[in-house]
Formats: sequence, C-alpha cells, structure tokens
Amino acid sequence: MSLMILQKDALVPWVEALLAEQRVVGPQAKGPKYVFGPLARADRLRLDYDTTILPPKVALQPPEERLAKYGLSAKPGVESIIEAEQTVLFGVHTCDLHAIRLLDAALGADPPDAHYLERRGQTTIVSLECLQPCDENSFCKDMGTLSADEGYDVHLTDVGEAYAASAATDRGRALLEKCAGAREATDQDVRQLNETLGAKWPRFQRRLLFDSAELPALLATAHDHPLWEELGRRCFACGSCTNVCPTCYCFNVTDEVDMLQAEGVRKRRWDSCQLDEFARVAGGENFREARSSRQRHRFMRKGKYLYEKYGELGCVGCGRCIRTCLVHINIVDGFNRLYSTCTGGGGE
Amino acid sequence: MKASTYAPDVARIESAAQIAPREKLFTIEFPKGRSLGHGPGQFVMLSVLGVGEAPISVSSSPSRSNGSFELCVRRVGDVTNALHELGPGDTVGIRGPFGRGFPLEKMRGKDLLFAPGGLGLAPLRSLINEVLDERDAFGRVIILCGAKRPDELLFRDEMDEWVARDDVECRITVDRGDETWDGHVGVITTLFADVALNPRNTVAVTVGPPIMYRFVLMEILGKGIAENNIYLSLERRMKCGVGKCGHCQINDLYCCQQGPVFSYAEIKNVPEAL
Repeated sequence: MSLMILQKDALVPWVEALLAEQRVVGPQAKGPKYVFGPLARADRLRLDYDTTILPPKVALQPPEERLAKYGLSAKPGVESIIEAEQTVLFGVHTCDLHAIRLLDAALGADPPDAHYLERRGQTTIVSLECLQPCDENSFCKDMGTLSADEGYDVHLTDVGEAYAASAATDRGRALLEKCAGAREATDQDVRQLNETLGAKWPRFQRRLLFDSAELPALLATAHDHPLWEELGRRCFACGSCTNVCPTCYCFNVTDEVDMLQAEGVRKRRWDSCQLDEFARVAGGENFREARSSRQRHRFMRKGKYLYEKYGELGCVGCGRCIRTCLVHINIVDGFNRLYSTCTGGGGE
Repeated sequence: MKASTYAPDVARIESAAQIAPREKLFTIEFPKGRSLGHGPGQFVMLSVLGVGEAPISVSSSPSRSNGSFELCVRRVGDVTNALHELGPGDTVGIRGPFGRGFPLEKMRGKDLLFAPGGLGLAPLRSLINEVLDERDAFGRVIILCGAKRPDELLFRDEMDEWVARDDVECRITVDRGDETWDGHVGVITTLFADVALNPRNTVAVTVGPPIMYRFVLMEILGKGIAENNIYLSLERRMKCGVGKCGHCQINDLYCCQQGPVFSYAEIKNVPEAL
C-alpha cells in the first residue's frame, strides 16, 4: 500500500471532484457544533471538527427510511424499497470506524439486512486520524479505538501543511486518483507521519480504571448491582443516549397510509431501549418496565452482549452519550463504579 | 431492485372463525398453494397492510398444512384488532416462518406432558397435532389444559377428541366455572397432583402467560423432570423477526432467533426471561 501526500489546498478541489459524481457525507458546522450530513458544497467539509452530535451511522442506517410500499386497492402487491446511493462518507474518526465495523457484523449477516447491506456496499469511507482528544468525555484510548488498521477505504492523517493518505482498497485507490496534485510519499514524508502518530499518543488520557477487555466479565457479575437503581432514578428515559450512539441500531417499524387510503408505506425509524414502550407487548406486559432495567440493558449491550455475539465491544469510547445526557449519566463513571465495587475495591 | 428483508409476501385469508370471545382462527394461504414450511412452535410476522405487523405463532401443525396454515389470534392490539375486521378473500402480509420451534426429534420415543394455559394452546396445538398425527413415534401423551373461564377454552372440539381418545390423557380445568361447566375447577396447577409419570422419560412443554410459568414450572420440576427436558415459548415484542430490531431481547438472548422456544435450562439463569 503506497502512501500518498496531498496538500491541504488540494482538499476542496478533490471533494468538489467527488461531489460531481456522487453524494459526499461529511462533518459540517451546525451552530457551535458539528453534524454528519450530505455536503452541499465542498468547502462546507470541516475536517477540524471535534465530534459530531449524531454519528456517521446516519449515512448507513438513516433515522428514518422507507422499506416497502403497497397498494390498498382490491389487488395489493408489496414492492420493496431500498434507499441507497453511491456515497463517500468523508472524515470518519477512528472510534466511529470501529463502530461501523460492529454495524457491519450486526446488520450485515445472519441474515443480512438488505437495506443496510446495499447502502454499505455503495459507501466509500475516508477516515481521519485524531491527533487531539475531542474533549474530556471521550475515552477512545481505553476502548482501543484511537487508531484503526482496517475498515476504511482511504485513511487521512494531518501532517501539518498536507494530509498523508493511505488507500486500503481498490475503491480507495480510485478515489485518490481523482485528487489532482496528490503525490507519492517520500521517506521524509513517512518519517513525518510516524512522528505525528507517535506524538499524539500521550495527548490522550486513560479514563477507565481497568482494561476494557475485562468489561464482559465485569458486567457478568453486575446484574444486581445498586448502580442500576441509582441510574434509573435519574434517567428521564428520553432515548438521547442511544440516538447518538454510533453502535446503536435498534429500530421500530410502522405503516403509514396516504390521505386517499390508496397506498401505504412501511417505514423504519431509530428506536431506543430506553423508551417505556420498547419491550411492551400488545397485551400490556412490559418486559423491561423499570428505567433501572433499561439503563442496565444499555450498559450490558455496550459492554457484554454485543461483544459476546459479534466479538466487538458495543462501546467505542466516543463520549457522545455522556455529552448528550440531560442528567449527566456517565458511562465511564458507571463502568469504573462497577469495577471498584465488584472486584473487591469498594464497600458495596 | 433487491428485495427488502422486511417486505412481506402477500397471502389470502381463506376463512376466519370466532372460536372464543376474543380469539379468531384464521386460515391463510399463499398464492399457488405455496407451503409456509414451518415447524411446530415457529411464528410468522403478520401484516395487516396499512396498519402494521405483529408476531403470531402458527397454530396448525405441519402435518395438517394442506397448502394453508392457521393463526389463532387474540384481539388485543392495533394489528390484531384490524385483523379481526378482515374475512375470507382479504389480503394479509406474511414474513417467516421465524425462530426456533419445539424440539420434535428429541421428543420421539419419550412420554410427553403438555400444559397449555389460555392462549398458550395456540402455539402448542401445532405441536400436539403433529405428535398425534405420528402417534406411534411417542410414548404417553398427557395434556393438561387450563383457561380462566369455560368460554375462553380454545379448540374445544379438539380438546373433546383428546379427552375421548384412549391414547391421550387429557384433563381440562377452568379458574372459574359457570352454569355451562361441569368439569374441573381450579388453576392449571391443580391438575398436576393426579399425574403420575416417569420423569426420566418425559419431556414437558408449557405455554402460557408469564405468571403461569412460575407456578407450572414448580409443578413440573416437582415431578422430577430434568431442566433440559422442560420447554416453554416466550412472548416478546418483535419488529423484525431476524435479530436486528432489538425489541425481543431477553438479556443477551434474541427471542426471535434463539427462541421463542427455550428449554428451562437455557433460561433459568437469564434474569429477564421469566
């Protein structure tokens, strides 16, 4: 794999060239924050973003999408709708890259979700190395997501006046070929890249008191921990934490009918295990009625269940759920609390 | 255009019969007589187009499919209320069959104890009729049926046949009797006292509401039947049927894929299961 160097002033023309051919979804400013969204113009791309409100899953499993439509006349037929288009997903931080790998495992097989699979297949990912922590809430270093050696088509690292770009796939190489002015890296460039990568590591703090590989075993002992009751008393059950989570993919499916009752559409929307009705059946039984049990379910999915099913932790340390929580429920503090109390370090 | 994982196949209601105050039995067929291809205990995602989709256990046995299948549906939510307004010739959507059904192979040669409570007979009937249609392959067949009231007993004509058969030991009870009822009165657990069985050669299957499981399981365990020879079917909310939407999760188990049928051994240490 050859390393390419592209000067920073070549970035906007490159993205313009990509935009002429396909949708480009990337981080852009929204008020004082950043969001992933389709770029209207190449210069809206903000590779200097810290984090985004919603993760890049918006481009792979949108908040709402149509699944099928059908007529409601005498002879109805059901027609599938797969909403997918060629897309470059630009500027993905490595935490989110790890999250997409988990989505690939969860939605891409056993059986594959046709909608996700088609969109994923039409998506080229350009990822971006983080050189600074986005804020005090991220804990990517603990979760092993501060770097990534797979999952991208092109990976960019800011080396000062230029980006070092490595392509991992044919699709990535084709993308880089559209970048006028990109050149092969020299030995000097490689040295500079290595220095940049080496220098970033100490800037990131560890925040977990233990190795994240211990999370599944730790949570296996924590089902009846008093933490869940405490979180349940504080939680508003608003579902913000799961909406902003890059690995949350649960959804609801609804039917909508047009005003003339001639045609119906089946849609899905993001859903949240934190909402009251999530596990309630029509007969009235709610299998996860207490907010404490729903918070526990979220922690268990992030640190245990998904790992056991797919071999990847469901938490990538992006910190979004911490930033968004109205009552300051902090998943790192929660994990640390479990560790210090379940492993003999505390008094509970 | 690729096919959606969530687009149902169109099917037709062949007949709809009110079999209890809240339950109708729907016979459904695919175009061109295509078979559903289900096993006893599996479920389908049933769509009333324009209203929505809900998981429904298949009530007919594969042995009696004849190009159609039966769903016994209680009128209880949006989809099932809308379904109850439909009749012969109307269209529904079907996806599936989904899930892991009852372990029929493991039951061969064994004595069988079935304990359906209320609507729990809907999925269990699929297994009971499958067993009765291959009666010689199994040992004793003991069926203990319960319902809240006499008019809520489902499939009364079939129950009467089971009671009449020499090769089936069937007892029926209701929680509260009325003027039409001269049978046993008491909750389903009161039927267990008179049952003598060989626990080492018996597979027990119970299907009913969550509250019933706690008490029926105590009775079955009290007979000495091993935890991995006791099976139940769990109800959960489901929106996909294929392990994606998250609604049916019981701790780490996906009810739609790993269930809905579980052995007691599999779920006894799963806190959210029962």
